[in-house]
Parts: sequence; C-alpha cells; structure tokens
Amino acid sequence: MSSLWIITLSLIYLLVLFGIANWAERRAVAHRSLVNNPYVYALSLAVYCTAWTFYGSVGRAAESGPDFLSVYIGPTFLIPLWWVIFRKIIRICKVQRITSIADFISARYGKNRTLGGIVTLVCLLGIVPYISIQLKAITMSFSILSEHQPLATQSFWSDQSFYIALALIVFTILFGTRKLEANERHEGLVAAIAFESLIKLFTFIAVGLFVTFGLFNGFTDIFSRAAKVPDLQKLFVLPQQQTGSWFWHCLLAAIAILFLPRQFQLTVVENINENHLRKAQWLFPLYLLIINIFVLPIALSGKLIFENDTIPSDTYLLALPLHFKQQGLAFLTYLGGFSAATSMIIVECTALTVMFTNNLLMPVLVGRPSWQKRLGSSGGSFVLNARRLFIGGIILLAYLYYKNVSDKYSLVSVGMVSFAAVAQFAPAALGGIFWKKANLVGAMGGILAGSTVWLYTLIIPSMVSNGFISTDFLTYGPAHVSWLRPEALFGLEGMDNLSHGVFWSLFFNLIFYVCGSLHFGQSALEHNQAALFVDIFKYDTSYERSVAWRGKALITDIVTLMSKFFGKPRAERALTLYARRNKLSLQTKYADPMLVNYAEKMLSGAIGAASARIVVASVAKEERITVDEVIDILKTSQELKTVNEELTRKSRELEALTHQLKEANDKLRVSEQQKDDFLATVTHEIRTPLTSIRALSEIIHDNPDMELAQQQHFLNTIIKESDRLTRLVNQVLDLERYETGRYQLSKEVFSIQSLISESINSIEQLAKEKEIIIKTSYDGSLGNIYSDYDRLMQVLINLLSNAIKFCPAQNGLIEVGAKVENGILLISVKDNGTGISPEQQALIFDKFYQAESKRTRKVKGSGLGLAISKKIIELCEGDIQVQSSLGKGAVFTLQIPTRVS
Amino acid sequence: MTRQHIKILIVDDEPNILMSLEFLMKKEGYRVFIARDGEEAFDIIRSEVPDVVLLDIMMPKVNGYEVCTFIKTSPAYQHIKVVFMSSKSREIDLQKGYELGADLYIPKPFSTRDMVAKVNSLATSTL
Repeated sequence: MSSLWIITLSLIYLLVLFGIANWAERRAVAHRSLVNNPYVYALSLAVYCTAWTFYGSVGRAAESGPDFLSVYIGPTFLIPLWWVIFRKIIRICKVQRITSIADFISARYGKNRTLGGIVTLVCLLGIVPYISIQLKAITMSFSILSEHQPLATQSFWSDQSFYIALALIVFTILFGTRKLEANERHEGLVAAIAFESLIKLFTFIAVGLFVTFGLFNGFTDIFSRAAKVPDLQKLFVLPQQQTGSWFWHCLLAAIAILFLPRQFQLTVVENINENHLRKAQWLFPLYLLIINIFVLPIALSGKLIFENDTIPSDTYLLALPLHFKQQGLAFLTYLGGFSAATSMIIVECTALTVMFTNNLLMPVLVGRPSWQKRLGSSGGSFVLNARRLFIGGIILLAYLYYKNVSDKYSLVSVGMVSFAAVAQFAPAALGGIFWKKANLVGAMGGILAGSTVWLYTLIIPSMVSNGFISTDFLTYGPAHVSWLRPEALFGLEGMDNLSHGVFWSLFFNLIFYVCGSLHFGQSALEHNQAALFVDIFKYDTSYERSVAWRGKALITDIVTLMSKFFGKPRAERALTLYARRNKLSLQTKYADPMLVNYAEKMLSGAIGAASARIVVASVAKEERITVDEVIDILKTSQELKTVNEELTRKSRELEALTHQLKEANDKLRVSEQQKDDFLATVTHEIRTPLTSIRALSEIIHDNPDMELAQQQHFLNTIIKESDRLTRLVNQVLDLERYETGRYQLSKEVFSIQSLISESINSIEQLAKEKEIIIKTSYDGSLGNIYSDYDRLMQVLINLLSNAIKFCPAQNGLIEVGAKVENGILLISVKDNGTGISPEQQALIFDKFYQAESKRTRKVKGSGLGLAISKKIIELCEGDIQVQSSLGKGAVFTLQIPTRVS
Repeated sequence: MTRQHIKILIVDDEPNILMSLEFLMKKEGYRVFIARDGEEAFDIIRSEVPDVVLLDIMMPKVNGYEVCTFIKTSPAYQHIKVVFMSSKSREIDLQKGYELGADLYIPKPFSTRDMVAKVNSLATSTL
C-alpha cells in the first residue's frame, strides 16, 4: 500500500473518532448520555489493551509461550476486589472532586503539593517510555504496511514517526483539552475510546480467524504442527524456573491496572454511575479473554510460516496477511493497532496533563501573587494553553525516547517497566483508603524509596545496554560493591530482572510507608482527610460540614476567586445553588465555612486539591486548627447526620402513624355508620309489628260490636306480630352474642344425617303450605360430627326457610345435598327461585343487607338470619358461600370440619 | 259534601297496618284506596286524585319521600293533604317530612283515636 493512502485513511479514521466524540458530547449536553451505561464503560476500560497487547502479545508468545498472559491474568484475579477498592475511590473522588491519581494521593495526605508533584514526576518518568512504545508500534506497522523501511540515520524531518508524533499531538489536544471542567469528565473521549476498543477486538479476531481457519485447519492443526517442531515445543509450557516470575508479573499487572493514569482516568474520573462497575467486573475480563484467544495460534503460525526469515515476531499480526497478499486485512490490522496505540496515547496524555497542571504547575503559580493576578484575567484559558503545550512536550519526549532507547527493546519489556513505576503508588493509595493512621511522611518516603529502587534496578540496566553507562556497573556493582549490583541487589539472584526490580522497589516502598506512618504524627488537615477517605461512606452526604476549616473569608473574595476559573456567571450560579440547598445566606460579609469548603472543592476539580488549598488560603484569614478540633468537627458532623437521619425517620414514622390514625378513624366512622344503620333498621323492624299490634288491639277494644270472624282475624294477626317481635329481639341478642364472642359452642358428637332430617322436619309444614318438594341426596355414609347441634340446626333451618321464601309459587323445589370429604362436611341447599344477582351475593351475609336494599320488595324477615348463620359457621371454623345467577335459583353451601378443634 | 266524597289513599308495605287503617277510615265513612308501595300509589293518585294520603316512608321501589315530593311539586296534585306515618320518629326525620311539604307527621306506633281525629280534622279542612 502506498504511504499516502495509509496516511489519508488514518486521518479519516481519526476524523471519524473525532466525530464520535463530538456526537457524544452533544448528547451529554442534551442529557441523553451515550456513555452512561456499563457496556460503554467496560469497553472504555479496555484502553488497557494497548499496542503492546495488539502486537506485543504475539511477539512475546512467539518467544516465550504463554508467558504473555500474566498481564491479563493478574488483573482478572484481582477484579473481584474492584467493588471494594474502586467503589470507594470513585466515591471519594466524586465527593472531593479529585481528578487524577496524583491529586488523589496528595489530597489524602493533607493536600500536600510536594507529594502531588512527586507522584506526577514518577508518572511522567514511568509513562513516557510506555507512550514511546505506542509510537514505535505505529511507526513499525506503518512501515511494514507501506513496505518502506525507515533508515536508522534519518534526521527527524524526514522521519515518518516524527510526523506521526505531530499528528498525535494535534489530536490529543483536540480530544483532551477542549474546555476546563470542574470535574475533568470527557464524555466524547470515553465514547471514542470505547469505539476504538471495539475496532481493536474485531480486527484482532479477524486476523485470528484468517490465520487459524484460512491458513490452517483450526486450532488443533496449528498446535499439532507446532508440536512437531522441536524449537516450538518449549512454547507450550512455562519453563520451570519461571513460575516465580509469573507470580511477580501477575501481581505487578494486578496493581498497575489500578493506578495507571489512563485506567484511573477512565475507571474513576469518567465513571458516571458506581453500579457500572459491577457489570464491568465481568465484561472487562471477558474482553481480555476474547482478545487473547488467537494470540498463541497467530504466534505459532508465524513461527511455522516464517521459519527461516528474520521477521520480528512483534510484527506477525501484519506480516501474516501481507505474506498472503491480503492487503485489506492487513490494513484492518493496522487500523486495530493504530486504535490501540492512539487510545492509549490520548487518554494517558490527557490524564498526565491534568496531573501536570494541577500538581506541578498550578501549586507553583497560584502561590505567587503576581501570577494569581495574571491567572485572574485569563483563568481557564491559561490552564488550557499550559495543558496543550504539555501534551506536545510529552509526546515529543516519548518520540525522543523511542528514537534513542525503546527502539532497542520489545514492546512488552518497556511496558512492564512502566507498570513497575505505577505500582509504587499502591501502598500510599490503597493504604490511604483503608488505614487511617497512614500519613504524609510514610507516603512520601514509600513512594520516593520505591521509585528510587525502581530507577536503580530497572532503568539503569537499560541505560547500560544502551551504552550510557559502562557494563562494569552491572557486572561488579558501583565502585565494585557487589551487593549493590542493580540486577542482584543485596545479592538476590535467580530472579528475572523485572521480578527482581518489582520485589525490591515494593519492599522498600512498604517498609518506608509503614514505618513512616507508625513513627510520625498527622497534621490536622491530614487527619481530617484520612477520616474523610477511610470512612467516605459515612461522610459522603455531609462532606462540606465534615471539613474542619476555621477562618474568615469575604464572600466577595470567594466569588471573585471562583469567577477567575469558571467565569462569573457559572461561579455565581454554583454558589447561589449551593447556598440555597444548604440554607446559607450570600448576603453576609463573611462566608460560611461550608461555603468556603464548597468553593475549595469546586476549585479542586479544576486546578487540583493542593492548588485549591493554596488559592483559598490566599483569600482567607485562616485560623490554625488542632487534630482534636478536627476530631470534634468530624464527630459533630456525624452526630448532625445521625440527628438528621433520626429526624427523617421520626417524621416518617409520624407520617405513618397519622396515616394509620386516619385509617382507624375512617374505619371507626364506617362502623359507627353501620351501627347507626343497624339501629335504624332494628327500630323500624320493632316498631312495625308494634304499630300493627297497637292499632288492631285498639280497634278491637273500641269496636265491641264488630263481626266475630273479623275480630278473630285481627286477634290472630296480633299473635303473629307478637311472635315476629319476639323472634326479632331474640335474633338481635343472638347476633350480639356471636359477634362479641360471648357465645360458647356446646359441642357434642351427633349424626349428620339426623341433623339434616331434623332440620327438614321442622320446616316441612311451611313447605307443604307452599306445595314445595324437598329432595335430599347424600354421598355415601355421612357418619358423625363433633360440633354444636342446636346452632347448626339453626343455620340449616334458616337456609331452608329462606329457600322456601324464594321458591316460586308453583313447582317449588328444594334440593339438600350432603357429603364428607377429607374431614370436611359439605351441605348444600338449592332452590329454584328467582336467584340472587352478583352484587347482592356480596351483601346478603351482611346484617345491614336489608337496610341497604330498601328498593327491593321486602320478603318477610329481619334481615339478620344469614348474618347470624355466617357468624355461627365461622364459630364452627367453617365457611358459608352462595352461588347463583338471576332466574336460576341459588345454592348455599356450608363447609364445616367434622372435628372442631 | 259528605265524607263519602272524600277520598283517602293509604300507602304502606306492611299488610297488617294497611288492614287496620283501612278498617278505621272506612268506619269513619271515607272512600278508601290502598297501595302497597310507591308505584301503586302513583297510579291511584293519577287515576283517583285522593284528598288525603296516609303515607309510609320506608317502602320498597319508590319510598314515601318521593311520593310526597311528587304530590307537592305537581300543580295538579299539590292540594292533596299528605300525612306521613313512619317509625322514623327523630326530630330530624319530622323536620325532613315537613320540609318536603307534608301536612302532618305521625310517628309509629300511633294511637288509632289520635290518628282518626287528626285525619278527620285534616279532611274537614279540604271541604
């Protein structure tokens, strides 16, 4: 392929990325975030897979077999702990607006600017080589694809990698430094990175499939052919002496992935929702697994196909398709590698610049009044310009490193050295979130000691092999002190270089960290931050109240300060909103400490914790605060939070209670109403027969000369009405006894059949009068029941007389059925009367039924019969039900256990 | 005009009360009509236009209040004297009855002599 084509297509690809980033940012503004989901989040984390993964894994696999897997296995082992570690870090960073690993460590140890600066420098030292290998990968892939071998003696203006570096500078600036944000979140960047992760994955799989199934007949074919070549057999197993280094490599990768600036940026700073972490915990390892499936097959194929060629194994991924004239596939692969490299460079540079400005540049500048004034006029744009310059600086530095050093090493070995640098943050960062006593002296000592050992054991040897230092230094040690040999410190031999360096650097790091922390005390601010970090889930909702700060700051000064960095409208809006939410006044002369803390937090997001501390201190007259006071303030804020929670709980309880009371009241009102209705009905029912009795008796009394027959008729009516009255009074009393539970069942054993026939006997006369036929049908032998004979008979008579009442004038038929099933007696009484509508079925067992159905033609009765029956059956632990449809009669069914407990 | 020309309608769903009132009013010499519910009452009011209606309140289908309201709001019938007789005998019930335009409200149970005397004086006023 011609260089021009490749360059054009690469630029087009970068433009596509830029388009995606733009689109994502527009969506973010419109509150329809593209990246607010766990899948994009997990994909963005795959920025971990750089050109090193893309080209280097194959190279490593071709040289030393499954060894390359350690950098993926390590993080996968540790990933279950991410929920504990990263959730805490994410919460801390959100609450305190921390935007980088340097800021994080500096903030934890009392917002110390020196510590932040040291972390930044170590990052720079460690990461520049890492960036340089990305440049190397791009250049290498470019030259292979264009079949244009770069000459080693070229000056930089005729060197293609120089132009690649320039292009990357432009794009990194475009991506990473568009505007100054108070939280350093870049949704566009995340979207572009996630897209690049997809491209990496697809292109790698494409080559894998081509090699495995296009060139060979599947995995077994490749492995069985390779197994026949003696040289390749060693690639199938881990050499015995390497198991130790496996452990160190895995550990190194597991730690490094937590604190690599680009990983910290995407995992923590760009995180939108903590819960995304959960899905990422399995999606991300899955990504690692998939992208590694084809590594060994490709490596072995390369070895088999280029048996006698001197093609470097790092380039197999491109060389294989090209060898078989697959230009298109080769270009795709190039694009995948390009994605891997560019995504790493863009994110790493963005993260590094934030560190650089916030932890190196700003603390120095904002401390000087003359610079503060200058910053005041331009504020944000100065910071942005500084960052742009810095990005250019880093990439050019990486370019120089590439030209002079890393060109001579494989991709993987340079990458691992970078990992070892970043691993030096582990004690200070992890200790910082779990160990309250950890302090500045320990952190600083640990990181300095660790980095020094790192430099000595891992960087010096590389300088020796480059000829900067004489080989005697390695062989005999400095000034021939043999226990100081960089590759065998204190005489430790038998480990590979990297494991050796990692071991000693972490060893000294930890020793200094722990001893320093145990031996020295904390300042008040450190103590405050330690508590806020370790117990973040306790303080996260009351952060500004939990910061111990005492002093005087003019509100106008705070507003001016904020305006310098965010512009006047944004600063005023943020402060007004915060004041309103917390019921603070902005009209006072001096600012409330909470407001000052809030302003400092906002500024931290833009210029780093240490710088924010400095600028706030510069406008405020601060009072010294002791550790004891910090403890007091933390306690008070915790108590306030508890009181607040208690109050919320109490008010919720009160609400619930009020609701209950209202419900009880409503119930009472309903039952009161029911009682009134019942009384009205009973009164009416009593007065009606009384009226007849009185009227008829008076008539008989006043008319002694009336006809005898009529007199007899009237007297008869009087007797019947008196009966009715008696019945009613008895029923009301009955019901009252059953309802209040004062009635005691008198239980005995009796025959079910006799109960039914006795009941039928007592209403037989009534039925005969209406010419109603009563049929009975029993299922098998019914046996005995232990229950209340009289009460059950009362119920049956009630049902039977109801049935008689509702039977038609002609052809009335009542069917009584009974059976015993599983210890339950079922009795049904069926009539062929008018039936009961569904609405009425719901009401007929209600004692107020008649009161509510004034509109229906009243059938003689108090309206209490069924209510009483239901009560009785309930006392017998049974159930009474009705089934009916209008015009088709009704069936009442009783279910009573044959043994009442 | 004699009592023979005065029409009295008795409305009650309780047959025994109907029976006794019918006996009493006939003995006083009135022309007596009976209805067992509000609907029957409407029919007789329309066909016979009675002079006095003895009206129970709690009845199925159409209750006494509705019958009274019908009588007292129709120009053709509002001259009819309405006597409520009900077991609803609280002050508030009586008040409601009079508000609907009833001429008398006699709580149940009533004295027959009292009832007869009151109906007689009301009937005389219609003459």
